[in-house]
Amino acid sequence: MPVEVRLPTVLRAAAAGQASVKAQGATIGEVLGDLTSTYPEMAGQVLAPDGGLHRFVNVYVNDDDVRYLDKLDTKVGEDDVVSILPAVAGG
Amino acid sequence: MRPVLVLPEAIWLGILAHCLDGQPHEACGLLAGHPADGRVLRWYPTANAAASARVYTVEPRDHLRADRDAGAAGLQIMGVFHSHTHTDAYPSATDLAQAPDPTWHYVVVSLRHETPALRSYRLADGKIAEEPVVVDDR
Repeated sequence: MPVEVRLPTVLRAAAAGQASVKAQGATIGEVLGDLTSTYPEMAGQVLAPDGGLHRFVNVYVNDDDVRYLDKLDTKVGEDDVVSILPAVAGG
Repeated sequence: MRPVLVLPEAIWLGILAHCLDGQPHEACGLLAGHPADGRVLRWYPTANAAASARVYTVEPRDHLRADRDAGAAGLQIMGVFHSHTHTDAYPSATDLAQAPDPTWHYVVVSLRHETPALRSYRLADGKIAEEPVVVDDR
């Protein structure tokens, strides 16, 4: 089913400038897999080489960080909004 | 157009106060506006999830809330600020390595001396470029 995915500015160039796109999937892993398949330039910024979530992004289903849910196995429905934001950190 | 960061005086003072309040830890927050003109219209103090005097991590849920608020107002998150409690207002190697967006403004507030110092940089392609900061009273 299609799920809305909101993109941070740093990823929008890879999606022709769109702030929000639709991706298919019943879990976060499937949604991100579909997203990075449609927009391959995002792949290295969203997913780690081992297929897990990249450490420099945070992914939310509505208000919840998926790292505190079931990570990539977190279930999503078509009324959910997935948001991707960069992890902002430094020294 | 030459890069510049324009900070309304009230926001500039709010950022300095948030950084002073955060001691002994580094403090951090996000800046929002219209990226094209470099003018900050809203600012969001955020928790430092690292709770450290040496590093900062913008609390992810604070970031989500700020992003939504800015988006609802037709604005974009356009930068981040954080304090250096014992070093100058210059990006560290960690700041450069972890800069999340090459279009953002990176503000560093030094609390090393009695008077705080606020400076702004662009961090892109592994390079640090300082930009002028204009504080205005509008």
